[in-house]
Amino acid sequence: MRSGALTRMAEIRANLPAARARGLKRWFEPTRIGRMSPAGSIIVYALLILWSAFVLFPFYWLAVTSFKLPIDVFEGPSYLPWVDFTPNLHAWADLLDFSAKSPLAETLTPYRNSVIIAFCSTALCVLVGSMAAYALARIEYKPKLGTILIFVVLMIGAAVAVGVHGVDLWVAGAVAGALFILLARSVGRYFRRSAGNADILFWMISQRILPPVVAVVPIYMMFQRVGLLDTHLAIILTYTVVNLPIVVWLMHDFFASIPVDLEESAQLDGASRLMTFFEIVIPLARAGLAATTLLVLILSWNEYLVALFLSTTKAQTLPILVAGMNGGEKGILWWTMAVVIIIMIVPVIAMALLLQRFISKGILLGAVKG
Amino acid sequence: MATGGGTIGGRRPGEDPAAAVIAATPRGARLAEWFDRQARTLFVMPAVVMILIFSIFPLIATFMLSLSRVRLRGGGYRIRYVGTQNYEKQIFGSEQWHFLGTFEEVSVLGWIVTAAAAALLAWWLIRYFGGRSGPVSVVGTVGRLITASVLFGLAFMFAATLFSGTRLGTLGVTLFYVVVGCGIQFLIGLGLALLCSQPIRGRTFFRVVFFLPLMVTPIGIGFTFRMMADTGKGPFAPLWQWFGLGDFAWAVNPWTARAFIIVGDSWQWIPFIFVVLLAALENVPRDLVEAGHADGAGSWQIFREIAWPHIVPVAATVMLIRVIEGFKLVDLPNMMTGGGPGIATESMTLHSFFAWRALDPAQSAAISYLLLFVTVVLCVSYFMLVVRKRAAVYG
Repeated sequence: MRSGALTRMAEIRANLPAARARGLKRWFEPTRIGRMSPAGSIIVYALLILWSAFVLFPFYWLAVTSFKLPIDVFEGPSYLPWVDFTPNLHAWADLLDFSAKSPLAETLTPYRNSVIIAFCSTALCVLVGSMAAYALARIEYKPKLGTILIFVVLMIGAAVAVGVHGVDLWVAGAVAGALFILLARSVGRYFRRSAGNADILFWMISQRILPPVVAVVPIYMMFQRVGLLDTHLAIILTYTVVNLPIVVWLMHDFFASIPVDLEESAQLDGASRLMTFFEIVIPLARAGLAATTLLVLILSWNEYLVALFLSTTKAQTLPILVAGMNGGEKGILWWTMAVVIIIMIVPVIAMALLLQRFISKGILLGAVKG
Repeated sequence: MATGGGTIGGRRPGEDPAAAVIAATPRGARLAEWFDRQARTLFVMPAVVMILIFSIFPLIATFMLSLSRVRLRGGGYRIRYVGTQNYEKQIFGSEQWHFLGTFEEVSVLGWIVTAAAAALLAWWLIRYFGGRSGPVSVVGTVGRLITASVLFGLAFMFAATLFSGTRLGTLGVTLFYVVVGCGIQFLIGLGLALLCSQPIRGRTFFRVVFFLPLMVTPIGIGFTFRMMADTGKGPFAPLWQWFGLGDFAWAVNPWTARAFIIVGDSWQWIPFIFVVLLAALENVPRDLVEAGHADGAGSWQIFREIAWPHIVPVAATVMLIRVIEGFKLVDLPNMMTGGGPGIATESMTLHSFFAWRALDPAQSAAISYLLLFVTVVLCVSYFMLVVRKRAAVYG
């Protein structure tokens, strides 16, 4: 093949003057090997620029709308500031107007909620998820299948007791837990077959297939029972679990790719496993950790359905606020909506622009390794 | 759940020296030692417990809820077991129009589609039992029978609604979003990745720009596209008027409304497929491509014979992820059309939410379980029959 390439290249070089002479045809022939023909590159650039326009135009329209007066919006479309309308800061000024009649008076709290919830749930999720991922990459687990079966049966029993017979959630949980410990200790040793790390990993990752709407009603009822509905904690915990499969999946690959020698020598020096994890493994997996964290942060910032169920007023997040402003008595305030959406998406866009390499690394790992 | 010894890489390095050191030191160190011995449990327990509480327990509870009737009464609620009534109501009863679609007489075209689907599935099963696609196993047989019967049911559902000219239910709409939406996204994403893998300038610019929509909050996308689609005030209003569609409202026609939701969804998700496929294309060995060029292969041939086999495993996985997320679609329909006109753009998640909002948690649970069933059957079938096979052939 190599020699074929060389002779072919020599052939093309020899034919070049002839090709130039052929006029129109030279548009469709590459000037060099590995380059595109002129016509080809024009088509490629045209398509790429067209798609860039399709991607960027919504952002532009959002920005332009936020500087319009109501009259500019309702008189039909105007495209260029200073050319066919005069930009006005009235919608942005509402952001700084904290009196009750401002249409943006209630933006600050959801914004703060969104920040708190996104950061806390990401931190918790990455911590819990990467610990589990590390353990599954390094330590051998052998849960007995029979023990798992007992656990599932007890869980169903508890659910029946709570749901059908009206037993208190705490009582049912405590009884089921105590029974499980008793049974697992006494009966557990008679079971032979056990699951392995791969099974646990698959079980954790497969949680992602679960549509959140399936789990969210009982979660609502649980939080209602313990009086945590419409609090940050409820949403943080739920987001953590929703994103846990992603963290476990991505971080497992990162940890598995780190050589074990360092950890072994650290253990020889008497370091505990927790110390090894936090002081040796985590610094080594920094790049993967950053990618995963960013991905989870963005997912929690954008989440809608869980927040819709679990928050009403106090813990309302930004997406809920925006969805709630859609409609209403006065009709849609396009300019105000544009401002809120801009302040909602600017952090993620800035992050995407600055850290694009990291984020796409996270996305890639999930898809390519899977 | 966790029993057995903790080992790193199958060995037990240095446990005894460490234990000796710790035994000589008092309390604080004892605690540390206890932690270290429990480490194997401590590492994995938080994740397991959280998934059990917030994922497995709700899963069981929702199933129980879907088998009961809930009465809200003065702050509390009473739950009564009613068997499969809720499911019957959705599939055969008074809610059928909402979930499956309006069933009237099945048209000739509908029967043709049904027969074609039946023939295709029968051929597929016969081919399997003929042993041409590998050995026949019990699990394989049961799995294929489930897949085939679900696919046939779905085909009949479409035959009786879409191909008979009556309205689709939320199941049909969800599948439409998943199949058509993900198909379009795959084709455009692949096309863009191919364009970007050409020797061009400014590749970094295009890559960053094309990546952006993935980060944007879906709710924001929903509103922005709603604004842009406005035929009177949106940026394309002159275009609409020029076509004489000045007072045409896309949100009133079911198909334009659905198409518009797919446009918004594609705007967001094409970047995901683009980023992954571009990386896969960049991993195609250069010398193979150059050798192909040198041997006089055309671009299409090079793509078909060299690049495609290399990116197929990645493409299959990325589509699996995309389809799983596609079944969960809820923000865009809720924001852009509110599920309307009628129920024309209502996805199943939205359907379930509306039932919940109408203070009927039991119906909501039944709908969400039906969604779970369809998602799991289709995704697992896809995984076993496409992703695994591809990985085995090329991986």
